[in-house]
Amino acid sequence: MTQIPPMSGPYLRKNKSVRRSMLLVMAALTPATAYGFYLFGWPAIILFSITLGSALVFEVICLLIAKRSVSMFALDGSAILTAWLLAISLPPWAPWWIAVVGSGIAIVIGKQVFGGLGQNVFNPAMVARVALLISFPLEMTTYMQPLVIFSEGAPTFMDSMSIIFGAGNFDAVSSASLLDTIKTDLGQGVPLGEIMDGRYSPANWILGNSISSIGEGSALLLILGGIALIFGRIITWYIPVSTIVALGVIATIFNLIDPSQYPDAMVHLFSGATMLAVFFIATDPVTSPMSPKGQIVFGIGLGLLVYIIRTWAAYPEGVSFAILLMNAMTPLIDRYVRPRIFGRTQKGTPLNLSEKS
Amino acid sequence: MEIFDIQGGAKLDGRKSLTADLAIIKMPIPNILHIPLQQHIGAPAEPIVNHGDRVLKGQLIASSKGVISAPIHSPTSGTVKRIGDFTAPHPSGLPVLTLTLEPDGLDEWTELPDPLDMETATSQEIADRVSNAGIVGMGGATFPSAVKLNLGKRFNLEMLVINGAECEPYLTCDDRLMQERTEKTVMGIKVMMKALGVPKALIAIETNKPLAFKAMEKECANDGNIHIVHVPARYPMGSEKHLVQALTGKETPAKGMTADLGVVVHNVATAFAVYEAIYMGRPLISRIVTVSGQVIKKPGNYETLIGTPVSSLIELSGGMTGTPKQLLMGGPMMGQPLPNLDVPIIKGSSGVLALKDTEIKDKNVMPCIGCGSCVMVCPVALLPLDMASRIQHDDIDGADTIGVRDCVSCGSCNYVCPSHIPLVQYFNYAKGSLKKQDVDRRNQDRMKTLAQNRALRDEKNLLALDRKRADRQAYKAAMSKMISNKPDSNDKGHETDNGLDIK
Repeated sequence: MTQIPPMSGPYLRKNKSVRRSMLLVMAALTPATAYGFYLFGWPAIILFSITLGSALVFEVICLLIAKRSVSMFALDGSAILTAWLLAISLPPWAPWWIAVVGSGIAIVIGKQVFGGLGQNVFNPAMVARVALLISFPLEMTTYMQPLVIFSEGAPTFMDSMSIIFGAGNFDAVSSASLLDTIKTDLGQGVPLGEIMDGRYSPANWILGNSISSIGEGSALLLILGGIALIFGRIITWYIPVSTIVALGVIATIFNLIDPSQYPDAMVHLFSGATMLAVFFIATDPVTSPMSPKGQIVFGIGLGLLVYIIRTWAAYPEGVSFAILLMNAMTPLIDRYVRPRIFGRTQKGTPLNLSEKS
Repeated sequence: MEIFDIQGGAKLDGRKSLTADLAIIKMPIPNILHIPLQQHIGAPAEPIVNHGDRVLKGQLIASSKGVISAPIHSPTSGTVKRIGDFTAPHPSGLPVLTLTLEPDGLDEWTELPDPLDMETATSQEIADRVSNAGIVGMGGATFPSAVKLNLGKRFNLEMLVINGAECEPYLTCDDRLMQERTEKTVMGIKVMMKALGVPKALIAIETNKPLAFKAMEKECANDGNIHIVHVPARYPMGSEKHLVQALTGKETPAKGMTADLGVVVHNVATAFAVYEAIYMGRPLISRIVTVSGQVIKKPGNYETLIGTPVSSLIELSGGMTGTPKQLLMGGPMMGQPLPNLDVPIIKGSSGVLALKDTEIKDKNVMPCIGCGSCVMVCPVALLPLDMASRIQHDDIDGADTIGVRDCVSCGSCNYVCPSHIPLVQYFNYAKGSLKKQDVDRRNQDRMKTLAQNRALRDEKNLLALDRKRADRQAYKAAMSKMISNKPDSNDKGHETDNGLDIK
């Protein structure tokens, strides 16, 4: 007699896995990342490698301490993706220890202490980015003019090693990001029109070639990657679209009220971390709401918070703070924003036919 | 016709090509038949034959018991070998009362009732015939069909929906039936319309069955009251309430029935069984079973006698190429794993699947990453991941408050989950314990009422006893008074009255 242990169906499964999702997100990030390597050269590549490598080491150590399967979890792709997102949001020429400390914060404090994959409340990469920004403001806001790899004046591999490991002294034009400049100059009473003079170039922000973190240079490549993920059903459109709409609308309203104080929606949407965040970080499934409606609420909140923090708070780049704040709101959103169950009213009572017809 | 959107749903890999082009083959009579007396929802049937009796094909061998029940007939002629417990096709592998029949190979029919004259037959006569033929919902739910044909009495019905969606992968028995026995099936549908008293019928067929659609459309071309409708091949389109929503745009209230919307849904194979009962007088003693999966040598659709052991069915079909990774009765989404190969085919068995490991894709369970895929596909708009995490933390009541009882166990969430979490297993477990809680609570309530009634009764008895005692004392007192006082003809009556006037 063949005895087959009883178990519940279904016996078919879609060909999906956590690792596959993570790998596809990485694939979607690859064009923007590769373009960042091209713009910022060897230092960016070295920094990226250090971040990923150290994240993997932290992940393995944590799994060993927690006595969990290293083969199953270390290679599920989640640690590498976290490190990837952190790395491309670092300034391209940041020193090596920024990468290592960042990875440690992301993996150990951001993820593993909560219980590992799927358990964390906050997006680990954003936890690390905010921690670094607060602790090492100088290193985290020193950006570089793009120096295309292999071009004249670009650092060679050896130059880059010394830049990242802080041994040598390489001559390059350091600079502040656009959002930094706007914040500082507005604070000193310079009208916006003057600040933007020669700097306002949406085409550049969208195509790339702007002063930015490693992977935030080209909004276009990030958008294309994000759209690919939406069509590949790895992420849904709810968060990206609602965030972009909320941020665009509030920026436009204030810009119309006083154009000398408030930059327009183009600045907010296409410069800085916005596109990276809305497509790749805010959509992190673990830390965003589970229902479509909840995700829209999340996105609107995120868009508004990004604007509020950028405009009225002390930090020029509000994206990472806004994401953490919305992550904290997620359990609350999930509790109160729920889909209407089939055959029931929003409150959960069975539909009343006589009322409806 | 406009097709309305249904919530969620998953696009499945149909895998119907294994059997979709193969004509129905009639299975020979097996050496032994195990006929469970409970093949339907409701009370089990009661055997009316004895061990050693010779029975004829189509003879009633167990009669229905109660309103929701169905009788059972002998699938062929032969001798009753045994009436006793036997493993049922159910994952528990628990036995049910089963009649074992040794066929004599003569296949001799009993005397069948005359066909019903459809010109004069009343709704009740049709329902009675269907009930006596032991017909149950053949899509797998196995609810006694006569009960559902009688709904016209209680509800204001508008239409009959014939479910030919067949949304489970692998299964093609309804597809073949609609292609090969089109005329009879449509005649059965007309009988059902008459029984229900509805002017209109819709036959819903998923778009992945173009040949069945064409055949049915041709058959109904001259009938303005029956329409064939293409519904998208989106699982679980064959779920009764969802099919009605797709066709009418109306949503059946929770805990309600589609009849509340004026719609009754019957499976297409049930319509064929109704035809046989009405026009041929034949009870339900066989059905078409899809035998499929990559381990099956000759997949196909086999017209099989009820009670045929799965092992015989597979053997007679041509056997297996190896050991299957999973043996199922029904479809791969909602089908039941078979406890062993001896279990019999019953009225609701639409398929027998023997699947290879490559067809199943057994995978490691990972933690939930909250991707929400399950939320997107849930046809009931539940939050499967939330329910599962509550059940994992033993918070069954919590899962109940967010709707686990509304879950239809269709398995769509499980199908898309990238972490391969056995969601349906959790939900079935929770539904089981909630049901048990309910039963316990009801029993407790009943005990309580009984105890209360008893207390009340006791109290009443005591009161009555007291009163009796008081009566007696008063009577005694009156008597003694009467005796002590010399009877006075004038006062006697008055005094007696007084004495008996007890307060």
